[in-house]
Amino acid sequence: MSESLMDLTLHELSELMRARKISSLEVMQAKLARLKEREPQIHAYIRWDEKAAIEEARQRDNVQDHQGSLWGLPIANKDIICVEGVETSCASKILSGYIPPYNATVVERLRGEGAILFGNTNMDEFAMGSSTETSHFGVTRNPWDLTRTPGGSSGGSAAAVAGGLAIAALGTDTGGSIRQPAALCGCVGLKPTYGRVSRYGLIAFASSLDQIGPITQDVEDAALLLEILAGHDSKDSTSLKVEVPRYREHLKKGIRDMKLGLPKEYFISGLDPQVKVAIDEAIKVYTNLGVEVVECQLPYTEYAVATYYVLATAQASSNLARYDGVQYGYRAPNFSNLVDMYFETRSLGFGPEVKRRIILGTYALSSGYYDAYYLKAQKMRTLIRQDFEEAFKKCDAILTPTSPSCAFKIGERMNDPLTMYLSDIFTISANLAGIPGISIPCGFSKEGLPVGLQILGKHFDEATLLRTAYAFEQATDHHKRKPVVR
Amino acid sequence: MDYEPVIGLEVHVQLKTASKLFCGCSTKFGALPNAQVCPVCLGYPGVLPVLNEKALTLAVMAGLAMGSTVALYSKFDRKNYFYPDLPKAYQVSQYDEPICLGGKIDIEVEGTRKEIRLTRIHLEEDAGKSMHFKGDTGVDYNRTGIPLIEIVSEPDLRSPQEAYQYLKELKTILEYLDVSDCNMEEGSLRCDANVSLRPVGEKKMGTRAEIKNLNSFHNVEKAITYEIERQKELLSRGERIVQETRLWNADESFTRSMRSKEAAHDYRYFPEPDLVPIVFSAKEIESVRVSLPELAQRRKERFMKDFALTAYDAEVLTAQKDLADFFERCLKYSKNAKAISNWMMGDLMRELKLKDLGIAQSPMSPEHIAGLIELMDQGKISGKMAKDVFLEMFGTGKSAQEIVSAKGLSQLSDSSQIEGVVKKVIQENPPSVQDYRNGKKNALSYLVGQVMKATQGRANPKMVNELLVKELEK
Ligand SMILES: [Zn+2]
Repeated sequence: MSESLMDLTLHELSELMRARKISSLEVMQAKLARLKEREPQIHAYIRWDEKAAIEEARQRDNVQDHQGSLWGLPIANKDIICVEGVETSCASKILSGYIPPYNATVVERLRGEGAILFGNTNMDEFAMGSSTETSHFGVTRNPWDLTRTPGGSSGGSAAAVAGGLAIAALGTDTGGSIRQPAALCGCVGLKPTYGRVSRYGLIAFASSLDQIGPITQDVEDAALLLEILAGHDSKDSTSLKVEVPRYREHLKKGIRDMKLGLPKEYFISGLDPQVKVAIDEAIKVYTNLGVEVVECQLPYTEYAVATYYVLATAQASSNLARYDGVQYGYRAPNFSNLVDMYFETRSLGFGPEVKRRIILGTYALSSGYYDAYYLKAQKMRTLIRQDFEEAFKKCDAILTPTSPSCAFKIGERMNDPLTMYLSDIFTISANLAGIPGISIPCGFSKEGLPVGLQILGKHFDEATLLRTAYAFEQATDHHKRKPVVR
Repeated sequence: MDYEPVIGLEVHVQLKTASKLFCGCSTKFGALPNAQVCPVCLGYPGVLPVLNEKALTLAVMAGLAMGSTVALYSKFDRKNYFYPDLPKAYQVSQYDEPICLGGKIDIEVEGTRKEIRLTRIHLEEDAGKSMHFKGDTGVDYNRTGIPLIEIVSEPDLRSPQEAYQYLKELKTILEYLDVSDCNMEEGSLRCDANVSLRPVGEKKMGTRAEIKNLNSFHNVEKAITYEIERQKELLSRGERIVQETRLWNADESFTRSMRSKEAAHDYRYFPEPDLVPIVFSAKEIESVRVSLPELAQRRKERFMKDFALTAYDAEVLTAQKDLADFFERCLKYSKNAKAISNWMMGDLMRELKLKDLGIAQSPMSPEHIAGLIELMDQGKISGKMAKDVFLEMFGTGKSAQEIVSAKGLSQLSDSSQIEGVVKKVIQENPPSVQDYRNGKKNALSYLVGQVMKATQGRANPKMVNELLVKELEK
């Protein structure tokens, strides 16, 4: 394996940049070399602009005063976050050729710290999926085993970070789309509290659940990026005016005084025994660190998946209605009238999983069904949130597996949507409750596949989450293991 | 059988804000197509709405002025349907928890007062406008996202005339509040009417038709009249009324079916997740209430009390806010309220109407009107002269003084000329002369008036006075 700047973390590279020991151009060239070497096998990206990246790196190097903690460092973007002038398609045919005329707020914030947005990573179409297989641009492969999926929907971002194709990447999480692929690829994936990071410029899947967050090589990188991404945005009415702590300063505060909860509802029969072993090991690590581990209860957990699939699909059916061929993106070549144009454009433009969810969601909102589905799901959502509020009275954070299994084979679950939907069984509740969650590497299966540990925290308490994760990382070296990509 | 019409109106009113409901785009009327758009109102992927606080305040003002209860908690919902002029494929509106509930508007038809109850007032965004060309269709999104309130009445109206009066009252209130321009031609006020019939004495409502495309208050009246007749005829033939939407054709004065209820949309309303609920404290609502401007009814009473206007005059002057404002501006320059009222309601209104102008476009300023009245009151011109001077003022925009001077209509200051008239007046009015000499000094003003009259108001009143006294004291 070649020595590369790409094997360093964001905070390490940030230090080197600050000390002028490396240039942005060197980092960019290392990245391009890696892409040449590994991207054909992994296919983490949908598109990138090599010329623009080199040009931007040169520009950064020409500035004497480095402004910002990410000066000259490339961050990979998920193909669902708008960058002005860069084709952004949500991995869907229906948005082919769509070039946003504006920047997402997170893009502005990263650039404000000197970062270079490099490349759009692959994903499930409109973030609907748990394997990155529903992309219009083909599957992404898991760097640990190229016959397996990287998880999803931010599978491209996770595979890029795990495979050394990105130093760090943005992901989005509606039901686990940051945490699950991070777990399956052995990265750190953080979903912030709903309202912590602006959604302006994030192409909506389910507006009341979507959040942007970082996928990184270690916890410190996640803290570094969250500090930049978080904060109120006047363009997003659902982003809240809550103070953003300096997360990195909290990392080393230690966890000796903490209480961690284990929800018994998460240690179920469907859990892969190898995952169970790794999680049990992780709990031991915490006990050895002097943390008190207590059992807690989240009784409404069993309704989370059903609740999620009503709310998320209903909102998606409305959010995706604008892709009608009128203003932008794909329009069917042949149609006889307006209604026919809608039918043809949407029939040819959307993939089967997106159609399935639009139909489900439309049904749930239909006259006469609203009370039975949407309204009921909203009530259940409140109960699930209250579950967590209760649980957090007894502990500071909750430990669970991130995913019930390790990375699964490409194609294995494509014809079995129910099993696919259950891939997110442990991650969905955090979106429904609006609480933050992080997945960190906590071990490996016999086949050498990573296992993720999920830590869930109180609303806007990412600081505790990151501190808990950091303590584990300091005590272990799972995060240092890198896949061998051939 | 005798039937009773049952009518309810849904009125969409554009709120008078500088920017749209959820983005910073201008709301100015008359721009080139798609000149006032941005990614937010175009519904581009990834954008989010941010509520215009001004629109919210205006909606609350309208509700309070109409006696509605402003909800302490209300929310936005999405109304989903596909149409090219609706770029998000949903309209952000309010479904089951609107900003204002209840309320009423008082109307008067043929001397009878009646209270028309309101169901609700809710906030929503406007859609764009499809434009059809030869073989092609385009969309102008300038209107997309313009803030509207929809004011829904209870089915309390019983005649086309009542509907007309209701709209007039509604418009007066909104104009007084400065909540809307209420300009039907520019689309800032639109009305749909729900019309049904039922046998007199029956409590149950009949099947209704919703009439759209009503582009003036008179058309609302005409369309409802037509619709009542249409339904009566159907019922008299023993046929049933179909629940449907009908379009009014103003050119040919009839309604035609647009779509029946079977084809009606399922709008799949659900709470808009991109916006937070609207929450008010009672204190906040109260602070809007105390800031409400004086409304027509109150102003009418004040005009009657302070300026001794008749009920009729006060009613006419306060029916339009800008008319009442004009009247009060005139009062800054002349205290003769009665004369101002007469000139405004008579000559000024007539001339404006002939030129198809509103009071805002009047070529005569309040100062000019008052100036004319002052000249009359000082006896410098006669009433007859004033009429001519008025017409010239209206035509040229000049002041009364300017016109009077230029035309040589100005005062006679030659004492020999005035002396002759004075002598003549004394000869012709022995009783007044006698009165004066008997000590009734106010007989003098009568004689002054006579001299002024004889000189068509041109004589210098001061000189007339002096010469008259001199002659009488002889
Ligand atoms: Zn706009």
